[in-house]
Amino acid sequence: MLQYDIVIIGGGPAGLAAAVAAYDAGSTNILILERDVQLGGILNQCIHNGFGLHTFKEELTGPEYAARFADQVKERGIEYRLSTMVMDISKDRVVTAMNRTEGMFQIQAGAVILAMGCRERARGALNIPGYRPAGIYSAGTAQRLVNCEGFMPGRRVVILGSGDIGLIMARRMTLEGAKVLVVAELMPYSGGLKRNIVQCLDDFGIPLKLSHTVVDIEGKERVTGITLAEVDSHNKPIPGTEEHYDCDTLLLSCGLIPENELSRGMGVELNPVTNGPAVNESLETSIPGVFAAGNVLHVHDLVDYVSEEAAAAGRAAAAYVAAGGKSDADVRRVPLVCSDGPRYTVPCTIAPDQMPEKLTVRFRVGSVMKDRYVSVYFGSDRVIHRKRPVMAPGEMEQVILTRKMFEDHPDLAEIRVCTEEA
Amino acid sequence: MEVRNLICIGCPLGCPIEVSMEEGKVTAVKGNTCPRGDAYARKEVTNPTRIVTSTVRVSGSQDGAVTVPCKTAQDIPKDRIFDVARALKGVAVAAPVSIGDVVVSNVAGTGVDVIATKSVK
Repeated sequence: MLQYDIVIIGGGPAGLAAAVAAYDAGSTNILILERDVQLGGILNQCIHNGFGLHTFKEELTGPEYAARFADQVKERGIEYRLSTMVMDISKDRVVTAMNRTEGMFQIQAGAVILAMGCRERARGALNIPGYRPAGIYSAGTAQRLVNCEGFMPGRRVVILGSGDIGLIMARRMTLEGAKVLVVAELMPYSGGLKRNIVQCLDDFGIPLKLSHTVVDIEGKERVTGITLAEVDSHNKPIPGTEEHYDCDTLLLSCGLIPENELSRGMGVELNPVTNGPAVNESLETSIPGVFAAGNVLHVHDLVDYVSEEAAAAGRAAAAYVAAGGKSDADVRRVPLVCSDGPRYTVPCTIAPDQMPEKLTVRFRVGSVMKDRYVSVYFGSDRVIHRKRPVMAPGEMEQVILTRKMFEDHPDLAEIRVCTEEA
Repeated sequence: MEVRNLICIGCPLGCPIEVSMEEGKVTAVKGNTCPRGDAYARKEVTNPTRIVTSTVRVSGSQDGAVTVPCKTAQDIPKDRIFDVARALKGVAVAAPVSIGDVVVSNVAGTGVDVIATKSVK
C-alpha cells in the first residue's frame, strides 16, 4: 500500500492552499488527489474577475487565481494525481482511489484533508412543478458549457435563484448574445453579493424579482416558457400574481451543498446546519487526523477565505503528523453556541491550549439584519462588540478570537456568538 | 446639488457609497471604507469603466481545451462592453497559450488589449 503523511482529497482552491501551507509547515510528504484533468477545481470555469483581492491584493480571474496556487504546488514538488476518483476513506485513513492508468489502489494516510468542495442544489431538490423538458440547467453547468465547452445552452433565459453563480451567468450569457429576461428569487433578499447585483444585473438592465418563484415549466421536448408568481411570507405563491415568460432555458442558482459523501461514508460527524463536518479549532473533524476546509466544510462567498481557511487546515494537519499522529483526547474544549442571528459557527469547539494566537470564527446570519452589533460572550463577559450596518445570509461574517481572551477566562464553559440591538 | 447612491464593486464588501455632485463635479464621497471605494465612486459618476472577461476559441490544444479564457488588460468604458464582446466573437488562437499573452490587441479601438487568463498547452 502507498503511504503518505498527508493525503488531500480534491485539488481545487482548498486542496491547493492546504497542500502549500502543510508543506511550508514542514510536512513534505503530501499527495493531492483530483478527479478532474487539471488542478484548480471550479475556479477554471469562473472566468470572471474579482478573485484574490485579499490574498494577492489584486483582482484576478478564477483561472489566474487557480494558476497562482497550482504554481506554488508545482514549485514545491508536491505530488498530485489527476483524473483520479476517491471511492472511499476508512476510519483509520486508508484512502481507496481509482484512475485509468493504475486502476484501483489504496493509500495509507497519516492525516487526511477533506477538500471536496460543494455541489449545486438540483431541480429535484427544489420541488418545481411542470414538465421535465431539456433546457433546465444548474447555473454552474451552464457556466461550464459556455466557458469551457464553448457553446450556448440557450437564447432566452430565465434564472431562478439569485446566488452568485446565477448572477454571474446572467451577465455572461448576455455578453454572449442571449436575452436574460429576469432573475427570480424566492427570498425577500438576494442570495448573492451586492457587487454582483450591480455589475451583473443593473449594468445590463436585467430585473431582479424578490419573493418570486417558478410555478410552472412548459414545453415537452424543450422549455418553451415558464410562469413566475409572487410568494407570501410563507413562500406560498399568491394567486393572481402569475406572469408568463416565453423562454427556452431555465437556469437554477438555488444554493450550494457541501459534498460530503466520502465524509459520511467514513463516519465523520456532520453539522446539520452547514451540511459540512463539525470541526474544532484545528479544523479537525470528529475523526482524529481528518481535517476539512473550504466549501466541503461550509459554503464560502470568497475564494480568498477558502484559501485562508484551507491553509489553517494544512498547518494543523502538518502539526498532527509532526506530533506522531496523536491528538490529545482529554484536552479541554469550549463549545461555541449561536443566538439571535448567527445560524452556525465554524469551528464548533475551541481547545484554548491548541488554538493559534488569533483564531477566525466564521458564521452566517439567518435573515437580513440592519444596524446590529455582532457580539461574542465568554460566559457573561462580552469580549467582542462590533457594529455592522447590514448583515445578510448571502454574506459570511467573521470574528477573530485571541489567545489572550481565553487566558483572561480560565474556567470558560461556553462561548456565545450573537447579534444585539444598536 | 445632486446626490447619487452607489454600491462599490471594488471588493465583495459592497460598501454603500453616497456621492455628492455639483454641476457634474464630485464634491463629496461618503460611506466607503477604503481608498478604492473613493476612486470607484468618483469614476462611476463621471466615467464608469469595467473589466470585461470572456473566452475565445483555441485550436490544437494537447489538453483537449476548446476555449481559453481572457480579459481586458485594463478597464474599458462601460458603454463599450458590448463592442468588446462582439469583437471577441469568432476570434481563434492556436495553442500553446500562456497567461498574459495578447489575444486581441486594441480591442474594438479601446486602446486596451485582451489577454489570456489561462495557460493552455
